[in-house]
Amino acid sequence: MSRSSSRRRSADDRVFRLGTGFFALLVVLIVAGIAWVLWRQSRLSIAKFGFSFWKGTTWDPVAGDFGALPFIWGTLYSSALALLISTPIALGIAIFLSELSPRPLRTPLAFLTELLAAVPSIVYGLWGVFVLVPIVRKLHVLMPDGLRKTPLFSGPPLGVGMAAAALVLAVMVIPFTSSVAREVLKAVPNTQREAAYALGATRWEAIQAAMRYGRTGILGAIILGLGRAIGETMAVTMVIGNNPQVAWSLFKPQYTMAAVLANEFTEASTDLYLSALVEIGLVLFAITLVINTLSRLLIWSVTHEGKAKKRAPAAVPAKAAA
Amino acid sequence: MKAIRTACLIALGVLLGLPATAQKVQINGAGATFPYPIYSKWFSEYNKLHPDVEVNYQSIGSGGGIRQLTAETVFFGATDGPMTDEQLHAAPGKVLHLPTVLGGVVPIYNLPGVGELKFTGPVIADLVMGKITKWNDPALVKLNPSAKLPATDVAIVHRSDGSGTTYIFVDYLSKVSPDFKQKVGVATSVNWPTGVGGKGNEGVAGLVKQTPGAFGYVELIYAIQNKIDYGSVQNQAGEFVRSSLESVTAAAASAAGSMPDDFRVSITNAPGKGVYPISSFTWLLFYEDPKDKKAAKVMVDFVKWALTEGQKYTKDLGYAPVPANVIALEMKAVGKIKL
Repeated sequence: MSRSSSRRRSADDRVFRLGTGFFALLVVLIVAGIAWVLWRQSRLSIAKFGFSFWKGTTWDPVAGDFGALPFIWGTLYSSALALLISTPIALGIAIFLSELSPRPLRTPLAFLTELLAAVPSIVYGLWGVFVLVPIVRKLHVLMPDGLRKTPLFSGPPLGVGMAAAALVLAVMVIPFTSSVAREVLKAVPNTQREAAYALGATRWEAIQAAMRYGRTGILGAIILGLGRAIGETMAVTMVIGNNPQVAWSLFKPQYTMAAVLANEFTEASTDLYLSALVEIGLVLFAITLVINTLSRLLIWSVTHEGKAKKRAPAAVPAKAAA
Repeated sequence: MKAIRTACLIALGVLLGLPATAQKVQINGAGATFPYPIYSKWFSEYNKLHPDVEVNYQSIGSGGGIRQLTAETVFFGATDGPMTDEQLHAAPGKVLHLPTVLGGVVPIYNLPGVGELKFTGPVIADLVMGKITKWNDPALVKLNPSAKLPATDVAIVHRSDGSGTTYIFVDYLSKVSPDFKQKVGVATSVNWPTGVGGKGNEGVAGLVKQTPGAFGYVELIYAIQNKIDYGSVQNQAGEFVRSSLESVTAAAASAAGSMPDDFRVSITNAPGKGVYPISSFTWLLFYEDPKDKKAAKVMVDFVKWALTEGQKYTKDLGYAPVPANVIALEMKAVGKIKL
């Protein structure tokens, strides 16, 4: 290799490094830009309500009184319920497809789950309104009276409400979580399973070993689903009932941050109203940031714990550090 | 993915649009969603008559229309509720309101086998405020002695998105119920004391249609298209009137006598016989002294056409035409636009 060509190569490297570095910086700039614009445009509302915006429960455009708590609650509650429903199902699908399914079924089934991820959310919303909501209403009516008086199941039998929203979200999240989890399980080296079998493990134990190996990725898959659930707008607003209230009940109509933005932004006539809506966007941005940070920490601590365990004999001080 | 696709489509649209627009007059407007079907019909029909005129109308909502007009990013705006004094003051020039068509909002309900019901304004206000919770409430029985009203719960359905339909409905309720005015008030979206929100007229119609005992409100055309029962409402003269294109136009005709110069008038609860009380105009907004004189000339011609020839398209699309006496007033007002 001649000198000049190696020099040129190092110049190419530099250009490449600068180029990709610039793109990476662009992401940082975009995030900072979004935060800055959201903050600037919501100054009016921040100045007027301050911290009470986060805990206020009234949303009255006529009186100009705005509080975001019901929307924050609705977003977090619906997403948490959706994850609770979707995670076991999605992991079940992923395990079946990567470990148990007969080979000829594998590709078509995987293709179908991925197809579900490509369905536009308005279609899920319409399906929710016309199919799911009547079913939820029927189930609620059939429920024994004693159960309907408990806080978790109280409310009028409307069909629309938290339960319908959580179910629609769960259906939407499942294909995301299951496809990523399946890829993760596929990437687990076969030697892991073979080693488990060699030690006399049952099939279930071998699968457990594979899941343990890929747990960081699986956690990532679940968090990807969470992100989708938090941001989902159209399908949720069609079935959640759009009534801002903080309630545990699965059958009461509630509201989410993304939904109120989509619903009210176009007709927000006063400056304060518009500013309050932008602040909802800011709150949503902040909450997403916090959740993503927490999940990063969770993933980090899981990997860290794994490393600590591998060095088993000297584990005691390492664990304390973790 | 979606974002990339949208970006590609926009780029394609720009590329295709450029050569075609070179010698055309292009006018941009934005605003209310309620009159969008008739406006787009008008613009396409007018384009057939005058191929050199192309009007782009974005139905982004009344609030957005007013904001864009104030920011002078569009030539004209459109709104379902007249601009407030504050908003007029904030605009950089004098703004003219021109009523284009009329709409009626009807109370709809889902009570199989009950048939047509009669309502009064105060009873509707009590229903949506959650004071009347059962369909066999004495107030409803008194109005409808022959109807077999069931003992089911009332489930209120309102609009979740800000909308002119809501504005017309709550504007009417605020006029007939002091309690409603004080507790809820008038705006394109309000703090509803109870009920669930459906997105758009079709969302409310859909929820009412599938929820037994539901009560809601939509534009007349949506009740007809979805075959939902809608009630008659008592007007100021004491008659129970069912919403129809004629009874909505009658409301406007009766208001014409007391029409203010700037056409900023609410015709809900209008006096007179045969008047449907939950009716409203929808307006186009222009600057009286627009900067773009070429566009102004074209738009004045267009408005004159829309108020005469254009009115014949209203009925097919479920809007009520503006009565002749109001059109005469408007023709004079259009002359005020400085060309």
